[in-house]
Amino acid sequence: MAEIEINGKVIQVRDGAMLIEAADEAGITIPRFCYHEKLSVAASCRMCLVEVEKVPKPLPACATPVNDGMKVWTNSPRALAAQKAVMEFLLINHPLDCPICDQGGECDLQDMAVGYGNDASRFAEIKRVVKSKDIGPLIATDFTRCIHCTRCVRFGQEIAGIRELGATGRGEHMEIGTYVEKSVSSELSGNIIDLCPVGSLTSKPFRFTARPWELTPCATVAPHDCVGSNLTLHTRRNRVMRAVPRANEAINEIWIPDRDRFSYLGLNSEERLHKPLLKVDGEWRESDWNSALERVVRGTRGVIAAHGAEQVGALISPGATLEESYLLQKLLRRLGSANIDHRLREGDFSDQEELPPFPWLGQGIADLEGIDLALLVGSNLRKEQPMLNHRVRKAVLKGAGVMVVNPVDFPFNYPLEERLIGDPPRMLRHLAGIAAALLEITGKRAPKGLRALLKGIETSDAELAVAKRLEAAERGAVFCGVLALGSAQASSLRALAALIATLSGATFATLPEGANGAGAWLAGAVPHRGPAGQEEGLVAPTNALEMLERPLRGYLLFGIEPELDSAHPAAAMAALAEAEFVACFTPFVTERMKQYADVLLPIAPFSETSGTFVNIEGRWQSFTGAVAPPGEARPGWKVLRVLGNLFDLEGFEYTSSEEVRDELRGSAESIKPSTKLAWRCPGDLGGDGDAVWRIGEVPIYAVDGLVRRSTPLQQTMDARPAAVYMNSAQAEALGLKDGETARVTQAGGSANLPLVIDERVAQGCVIVPAALPETAALGPIHGPVEISRG
Amino acid sequence: MSALGRFFKGLFLLELLRGLRLTGRYLLDRKVTVIYPEEKTPQSPRFRGLHAQRRYPNGEERCIACKLCEAVCPAMAITIEAAPREDGSRRTSRYEIDLTKCIFCGFCEESCPVDAIVETRVFEYFGEKRGDLVKGKEELLSIGDRLEAQIAADREQDAPYR
Repeated sequence: MAEIEINGKVIQVRDGAMLIEAADEAGITIPRFCYHEKLSVAASCRMCLVEVEKVPKPLPACATPVNDGMKVWTNSPRALAAQKAVMEFLLINHPLDCPICDQGGECDLQDMAVGYGNDASRFAEIKRVVKSKDIGPLIATDFTRCIHCTRCVRFGQEIAGIRELGATGRGEHMEIGTYVEKSVSSELSGNIIDLCPVGSLTSKPFRFTARPWELTPCATVAPHDCVGSNLTLHTRRNRVMRAVPRANEAINEIWIPDRDRFSYLGLNSEERLHKPLLKVDGEWRESDWNSALERVVRGTRGVIAAHGAEQVGALISPGATLEESYLLQKLLRRLGSANIDHRLREGDFSDQEELPPFPWLGQGIADLEGIDLALLVGSNLRKEQPMLNHRVRKAVLKGAGVMVVNPVDFPFNYPLEERLIGDPPRMLRHLAGIAAALLEITGKRAPKGLRALLKGIETSDAELAVAKRLEAAERGAVFCGVLALGSAQASSLRALAALIATLSGATFATLPEGANGAGAWLAGAVPHRGPAGQEEGLVAPTNALEMLERPLRGYLLFGIEPELDSAHPAAAMAALAEAEFVACFTPFVTERMKQYADVLLPIAPFSETSGTFVNIEGRWQSFTGAVAPPGEARPGWKVLRVLGNLFDLEGFEYTSSEEVRDELRGSAESIKPSTKLAWRCPGDLGGDGDAVWRIGEVPIYAVDGLVRRSTPLQQTMDARPAAVYMNSAQAEALGLKDGETARVTQAGGSANLPLVIDERVAQGCVIVPAALPETAALGPIHGPVEISRG
Repeated sequence: MSALGRFFKGLFLLELLRGLRLTGRYLLDRKVTVIYPEEKTPQSPRFRGLHAQRRYPNGEERCIACKLCEAVCPAMAITIEAAPREDGSRRTSRYEIDLTKCIFCGFCEESCPVDAIVETRVFEYFGEKRGDLVKGKEELLSIGDRLEAQIAADREQDAPYR
């Protein structure tokens, strides 16, 4: 610890801290532009010049380490003169176009010019003009306003992990731009909008639409992944104008992924449903809530009376709130059916009894920074949970290693230590090889049945290397991602990955889809367990996939579009078409929905309802609605509550979503989070068959209905167009060439898609993205597929 | 004052006569009232009446949707919505002044960085329905077009004092 004096105030600072950090901690403000606590020190703007005793010149506070006994003045006449001089220089080339600049009102330069600027400029010469560059559909640029703080450049290098923006030229000729003419494609790119201290980088969709002073902030939680990043929605006149991050060091620090930042643009899509719709004699009619809900009651009761309660099923989005999940399962279980599931895109449920009470990370999100080894199984972590990937990346920068077992060699923004790429059966064999090596290294006893399974499995050098590293790692972590959970071999992948974690002493976690992927388990939105994991209630063996493959007579669909959101779109469409009664609780209405549904009930998306999401670290985060739902749309929990009353069920007398939450919380508090799953030996590891496996990767901007309707996100590079992606050897084996049309046939459905050569895809697999309208006619999103010339 | 004094003062209506003296003086004085609407009083170039939106000489609207007038308006009479125009420039897509709320303080004019919103000398206007007194962008621009000569002359006259 060093003792220094700032403006006569004596403070204790840790050694090696910079002056500006010491001042910030002591609550003394030093003006700054380039310094940012999350980025490296550049000391390029010189705004933080301060006077230090016995130093002849003012020093930049951001780049001056503290020294014991140092005396510093941040607002002495000399320091102020230096700061004012810097401000004058900065303003020389700044256009002062504040009235048309989107940063106006929240601009660091504007604010500081009030304190340190002159009221008139002495600069009579011509100002510099820099051409703006098109860097994609999300970020608008105006580089004439740039003050060369290089925060955006440092963000790209240090946080996003890809050097996309850079500074070329020197002095007045310095320009920010993409090195090559291209757009910025990082999944975290939106954060440079917040970082930019001037109006050089602003949000393109938000461009010119509102001023910060007319916006009302509303704290909420991001609804697209299991991280639960904290958001602030800015609203004006009952409309969400933009989403910005809310600092929470434990979860998202100060960043949010673009998916959470720009998905609000889907909220006011033309497809929003404003009034309940009823199908009367094959025609859709607008209706009031009373008759719509009564129709749901009549329809459901009709199915129950004719075929029994077990013929009614409910599918709920993993992005629905905890309260909605809880109420829907309560409704259904009270009606006598336990056919409820949120695991829409999962492909294998055979081990569901063995799974922990809810998917849990095994540690805090912030703790991920401290791991020294991560093994990703079937996970494109960077696009699936960008904020988790950010933490893993921070760990890598501290020296951790990351190894993957994936069907596709996904590009990560850090170097991978080992990559085992192969089709799903090969992934299993890779895991088996690693497990075998670990057994040998550790000398631990193999669990029941494993020896027989491992017979004939030879450990390759790469697998051995993975095993050695895992064994040596002090804090290892094994993650099963969305691709593993969706695969038809999910239970085997999960079992082997968990075994590897146990053998090597690593933590094991599955990373499900949806903001409430963990909470839905607690709420009981799974068929085999009641709320809070209680087994006593009504349980059913039917899961999300079976509900579609062995059609039921009645369906309640909550916040989903089954043709895009299920693991077997073709089966889903067939089942819904055959069903006697289908009610959709949905914020959006599509033509397809009108074909299979009987009642459409408009519910509110996350911005218009109060609710709770439980994230992957088991954190309960409640939020309130930012705006009122449009038209007659209502929060989902209210609709379910009234529906409960109309069914004459007891226990639906809630007056607020908090009451629903607290009822569940009471019983859920006793649950101990766990990552352990009971060992269940995989049947076999699958043969070497020559089947081509479809990898139904869900593109980052297609995960749910809201994101799919955000037009700017759909224009980004990450919005993967519908096509068949395979490597050139695979294409040759199939007799196809790049750019040709390929016919994809699966489970009776087929689609003609362009073929794109992508060497990252493993031999034996093709990527046919799921959750896109073009592939909605196909069968299982992860499964065997036939490809021929189209 | 004695009771007797008060009696005689009252008897001879002295106070009334004193008042009538003032009336008489104004009766014979020069008249300052005008017969409105045939006659009108002179107006200051700073008169704050009906609002107008101005254009540049090339026909381009001046307003750039900075929203300062909306922010400064003490009566919350101004409502603005903005969006990029086809050419990418920042423009209002909706600009409304609710004249039933407006208190004609002139802050909007003062805050405007491009002299787009101005208050003209017009004080005679009406609305047949309540909504008629909510002036939209097109209407404000047409008022500006009609009165541009006067508006420009007034601003010029006042320029040295700004």
